[in-house]
Amino acid sequence: MLGEAGSRSASVRSDCYILFNSEGNGREIKLISKVQIMYGRSIIALVNEVLDFYNIADCTVQIEDQGALPFVIAARMECAIKRALPDTENEFLLPLHKSCCYLSNRDRFRRSRLYLPGNQPKFFVNAGLHCPDGIILDLEDSVAPSEKDAARILVRNALREIDFKGAERMVRINQGSMGLVDLEAVIPHNVHLVLIPKAEKAEEVQLVDETIRQMVQDREVFLMPIIESCLGVENAYEIAKSATSIVAIAIGLEDYTADLGTPRSEDGLESFTSRSRIVNAAKAAGVQAIDTVYSDVGNMKGLYEDVKLAKKLGFEGKGCIHPRQIPVVHQGFEPDAREIEKACKIVRAFQIASDQGLGVVSLGTKMIDPPVVKRAIKIVEIARKMNLIDENWMEGGAL
Amino acid sequence: MEMIKNAINRYVPALVNGKATIPYKGIGKHIPTGRKAAPPIATCAHYPSDGNKLVSSIREALEKCELRSGMVISTHHHFRDGDLVANIVFKEAEKMGVKDLVWFPSASFPCHAPIIELLENGVIHHIEGSLNGPLGDFASRGKMKGTAVLRSHGGRYRAIQDDDIHIDITIIAAPTSDPFGNSNGVEGPSACGLLGFALADSQYADRVIVVTANLVPFPCIPWQIQGNYVDYVVQIDRIGIPEKIVSGTTQITKSPDRLLIAEMTTQFMVESGIVHEGFSIQAGAGGVSLAVIGQLKEYMKEKNIHSRFMRGGSTQYLVNLLEEGYTDYILDGQTFDLDGVRSMRENPRHVWTSPFTSYNYHGKGNFAGMIDATILGATEIDLNYNANVVTHSDGRLLHGIGGWQNCLFGKCVILTVPSFRDRIPIILDEVTTVCGPGDLIDVIVTERGIAINPRREDLLDSLKNTHLPIRTIEDLKAEVEDICGGVPDKPELSDNIIAVVEWVDGTLIDSIKAIND
Repeated sequence: MLGEAGSRSASVRSDCYILFNSEGNGREIKLISKVQIMYGRSIIALVNEVLDFYNIADCTVQIEDQGALPFVIAARMECAIKRALPDTENEFLLPLHKSCCYLSNRDRFRRSRLYLPGNQPKFFVNAGLHCPDGIILDLEDSVAPSEKDAARILVRNALREIDFKGAERMVRINQGSMGLVDLEAVIPHNVHLVLIPKAEKAEEVQLVDETIRQMVQDREVFLMPIIESCLGVENAYEIAKSATSIVAIAIGLEDYTADLGTPRSEDGLESFTSRSRIVNAAKAAGVQAIDTVYSDVGNMKGLYEDVKLAKKLGFEGKGCIHPRQIPVVHQGFEPDAREIEKACKIVRAFQIASDQGLGVVSLGTKMIDPPVVKRAIKIVEIARKMNLIDENWMEGGAL
Repeated sequence: MEMIKNAINRYVPALVNGKATIPYKGIGKHIPTGRKAAPPIATCAHYPSDGNKLVSSIREALEKCELRSGMVISTHHHFRDGDLVANIVFKEAEKMGVKDLVWFPSASFPCHAPIIELLENGVIHHIEGSLNGPLGDFASRGKMKGTAVLRSHGGRYRAIQDDDIHIDITIIAAPTSDPFGNSNGVEGPSACGLLGFALADSQYADRVIVVTANLVPFPCIPWQIQGNYVDYVVQIDRIGIPEKIVSGTTQITKSPDRLLIAEMTTQFMVESGIVHEGFSIQAGAGGVSLAVIGQLKEYMKEKNIHSRFMRGGSTQYLVNLLEEGYTDYILDGQTFDLDGVRSMRENPRHVWTSPFTSYNYHGKGNFAGMIDATILGATEIDLNYNANVVTHSDGRLLHGIGGWQNCLFGKCVILTVPSFRDRIPIILDEVTTVCGPGDLIDVIVTERGIAINPRREDLLDSLKNTHLPIRTIEDLKAEVEDICGGVPDKPELSDNIIAVVEWVDGTLIDSIKAIND
């Protein structure tokens, strides 16, 4: 039986092609690698480790390597074996790297989330360096239907091996039953948040939620349904309220405008109402509202304007399809100087009131309502994180 | 072969191509004595009084220069990968039946692959100069007869001046020339900017031939090469392929990881105080350098800071800074795009330099040391900050030194490198080849953080409160090895020395062995 996995075109980098043949007399491993001298021995050792794991004594393995990292080679090996021997079920798991063990939390920033195509390993390893709030390993639209199995294994390995530098670890699953298969592959590996594409009904989201709850009990995996259709917009509030693990809802405009039957325009007039409705539904349900991606990666000015608009509408985050978009998105969500100054004053007043055990916060002669304090705390938090105020802001008015 | 351990603990041969060598002694430790080389005295009596030195063909010029077997022939890389002249000259030499020539180029490029055949059939004995691409590969396999001597641009000038190498005939490909031999690189269809790499050759070679495709009546102005050094002038149809000589436009990198490196580099220079009124910087035409220039410009604009001079590798980005008044001068060593050529032709503040003014270590100073920050690359760096630019981690010789060694004398030397390339870590316990000592390398900027040489306490101090990811080089190395799957194996090399690396003062800093095929 033959199984192939990976990619062998000349332009491929950081990936490999593996042809596994279950016939053979003993193990025959043929390796051609761009890094033969430096890592040839280590690649052969890894391949043998995988074969040992699957108890394969007789086989031929042909590898064409373009500098793939170990987690990629292991994933391609497992995929090739499973394609050749479809009854193979066990997962060859690399040791969980310590840098993959951090947690997320419900209220964290989700200003930027960077999409990584789930079957293209070369983008994985440096993604965290660009400091997005979240990294999405995508199993849905960016993966060809014939490669879903390969991407599941690769994404699983990435979740165990790659240091995403504190970004929230997100996976976008496929729709429907395929999505449930995706969950099985990835959920045990410290996924923080699952994006559910093309959400239209509360029940779909609840099914995902229940499936996850059966798999992990010791921690909560957050959900972010993406609303991408007219029906989804109509049901946005129901969707946002459908499970307690939902922390945000997002809008995806490419599919939405297709559903609407109108092209996506520069000024976005056609989606203005639905964007606002998503924000409203999210806030009504007490979750974050996250805006769609901006697809022209060359146009940073356009992106910035779009983020400013999103902020104005009440969105708290935006999708990114290129790392260069991340700083622009963060900048777009930056509070302005007046906003920060006012927020600092309110938080200082709040601190004084709490220190003195007062129930009421006041600034001068003005009483400050609790939600205003909450918003001010959030703005100060953002400003601190973005280095817009220094760490001693509480003492002085340093801006 | 007798090998000697030098001051940086590398082994170098005692003899190279039959000549005794001097092992590297440390920076500024080798003090030469004696007098410089000098070409034979010429007399106007032997040259046409009307100044017309034209001959009909390269063949005729070579015959008049009495080309013989065993001679040292030099050419230059002003046309980079678009050069046609070197191949024509050596093909002609083959037809003339000479053997065992030494080719002494200022650099070689993939376009010189036809030279391999002439190395195999004995027309050329060996190459003494940077070996790039296919020629490097050929030498790496131990197929070249003699030993290649790799020198920096400044080291090449020095070697000629100090008489370490004597050029019998130099052939200068000139975009524009007059019949007297005055030449420049700013005019004509093959315009490349400047002709600085040929300066030493014109001054010191026994015989000087200018080959041009654009002959103008005397005087050819500016005369970057002075006709008073020239024996013969030849006009041929094509000397280079214009689009390979200079690109129409040079581009800032689009790679997000490399842009991140550029951003950190810029930020580092700003926070450490390098970017101040009247500062100077060296930046090449690499994507990261160009990105740094672009970002610096924004900062300079915002803070109203001007640079006194910028050292190029000139490109549209440097030209732009000059034309908008953000730098007083471009001191150009090599022109990379059409904007650079135009600017040099039109703007007196865009100055053509030579390895003599910029890099020669055996002079009364040079300006490399006056530059506040130089941004360079490397193929490998070790924990002592020694760096390699000529070989890859598999042992293959693939690049020349260029001006890299000379630029290490800048006040702050920054190497911008990805922390690994295709799974190959850049930071190692020991580099394959030492091209520059860590004593001169100050900062390494990778996408995973910045390592500052502990020697530079001043820099570490000035960045105490920074948000930049300053890390130890050991820490960076450990992270990358963790990603790449451990410490990479080293190649098993043969004992056959195929090349030596000269330091700027002519001492040998390292040697390069053949790879096992």
